[in-house]
Amino acid sequence: MSKSKQKGSGASKLPKRRLGQLQTPAKPSRRELSGAKTHRTRFSDQWQSYRSHHRQVASESLRRLLKRPLATLMTTLVISIAMVLPAGLYVGLNNVEAVSQGWDGAARLSVFLKFSVSDQDAQKLRQQLADRKDIASAEYISPSEALEEFRRRSGFGDVLDQLDSNPLPGVLVLSPTADNSSPEKIEALRDQLNALPQADLVKLDMEWLQRLNRITDISRRLTLALAAMLAAGVLLIVGNTIKLAIENRRDEILVVKLVGGTNAFVRRPFLYMGFWYGLFGGLLAWLLLASSLLWLSGPVKELAGLYNSSFSLLGLGVLDSLIMWASAAGLGLLGALLVVGRELRAIEPK
Amino acid sequence: MIQFEQVCKRYPGGHQALNNLSFHMPHGDMRFLTGHSGAGKSTLLKLIMVMERANSGQVLVDGRNVSKLPARHIPELRRKVGVVFQNHQLLFDRSVFDNVALPLVIAGYGHRDIGRRVRAALDKVGLLDKERQNPITLSGGEQQRVGIARAVVNKPKLLLADEPTGNLDPQLSAEIMHLFEQFNQVGVTVLIATHDLSLIARMPYKLLSLRQGQLVSAGGSHE
Ligand SMILES: Nc1ncnc2c1ncn2[C@@H]1O[C@H](COP(=O)(O)OP(=O)(O)OP(=O)(O)O)[C@@H](O)[C@H]1O
Ligand SMILES: [Mg+2]
Repeated sequence: MSKSKQKGSGASKLPKRRLGQLQTPAKPSRRELSGAKTHRTRFSDQWQSYRSHHRQVASESLRRLLKRPLATLMTTLVISIAMVLPAGLYVGLNNVEAVSQGWDGAARLSVFLKFSVSDQDAQKLRQQLADRKDIASAEYISPSEALEEFRRRSGFGDVLDQLDSNPLPGVLVLSPTADNSSPEKIEALRDQLNALPQADLVKLDMEWLQRLNRITDISRRLTLALAAMLAAGVLLIVGNTIKLAIENRRDEILVVKLVGGTNAFVRRPFLYMGFWYGLFGGLLAWLLLASSLLWLSGPVKELAGLYNSSFSLLGLGVLDSLIMWASAAGLGLLGALLVVGRELRAIEPK
Repeated sequence: MIQFEQVCKRYPGGHQALNNLSFHMPHGDMRFLTGHSGAGKSTLLKLIMVMERANSGQVLVDGRNVSKLPARHIPELRRKVGVVFQNHQLLFDRSVFDNVALPLVIAGYGHRDIGRRVRAALDKVGLLDKERQNPITLSGGEQQRVGIARAVVNKPKLLLADEPTGNLDPQLSAEIMHLFEQFNQVGVTVLIATHDLSLIARMPYKLLSLRQGQLVSAGGSHE
């Protein structure tokens, strides 16, 4: 019981000594085990080992994913499909907008004149309007010309012959200049023309274009809503996958916690895993989208050619692509973050 | 180094595992924790590691009351304490080297430091030539020694062991006990839970004997 008996006495002394003699580096290893030099890592060393640790964890979690290529591919595919839908819609809408912008320049206003306006007055008015800065060209179609054209086009010539008088009014067809072709400016112009005493009715040939613009606006919002829902889906997919991965590595997590691993340390590989899943999903989605666009671009060009247009399909720009990859990786990381804390807190050594 | 003050631990089921336990173990001491199965040996060690928390009383480790230690400070404590488990808790998805390196990786040591320290620890337990093997290919005694290497690789001031010789033959058990003595000789405080009384009978260390969660004696091993 006495202190002197505690150490270095009795039967245990001999083998102890022998062990010490057998080990050549006995002295340094003893000092090492004494705990005297434990906390001597300098800050820069720590920072460097922290960084190399991150690199190691990142590549380790990547290797883990590649070790099970099929399972990884499945998850990645699901993520990419969820991403390719809104991204595809986004590209489609960009194209619709580009096409309709090309048509904005072709906007026309038809001013139907009152029957009381004579051909001469109409010509005078045409000249006045053609002189305006915001109007590129003005053309007058007299009632008789209009009737002629209608006869030619409609095939109702016989019916028209039976009429006593020409039911068609004279029309001024105006094209606004290119920088006055925005929907707002054209509408303002229409209101001015409507106020003319000679005008009976002003018709905007681009009303359907405005409708199209409204529809693309709505579609954009729908795309956003869809993207938000599918993003939530991606979070769930990644979260669930990470949850399974955590469950699979339960033993390891327990041991790491037992020997003093912080939550951040335990969390790290799983966060990287989420990041990789997201990034791969994003890259695959990008690839799917790019190849579909490539596949469509030929026929679209041919179609545009039929309309005498040089329009060619807009793809994903560099910035759009970068945003897509970054948001994909971010989503993966977020999906991992959402489950990791809760799952890891539940795993405590007992 | 370790001080228990009127510690009570009751498990959720209602079982009183430790009952008003008080003892003090000075720095640099080596002791055996004995008692019948269910006496509360593992519970006592778990309280030191904050794997469980006391219902009342204080558990002081290195002067710090750990019974109320905030969760975020637990890793810090565990890095200072080396633990050897009966079921050794090795990871079979990596080499012996990587198992032993784990506490150092966690503590953020650099590559070269890790290599040096892991080899020193493996050398100490006589397994330097097995560093590349998977622990599953090792014998029970060798696995236990890998566990010991991992427990001491970070040079803890306190070394705990729960039945470290649980299912080893007498000779292996004696070897492992000698290892613990060596660590104690260089200043490490060592507390070993065991019910292998025949093994420790010849050893000149104090005993902490538990019965039904209470201390029955804190005497020498050979009275
Ligand atoms: N997680 C738990 N929940 C409920 N009761 C527990 C728990 N862990 C231990 N106990 C009970 O507490 C008592 C002490 O257990 P402990 O594991 O400390 O005993 P021990 O001395 O280590 O026994 P052994 O020598 O068999 O390992 C036992 O009666 C046990 O049933
Ligand atoms: Mg036990």
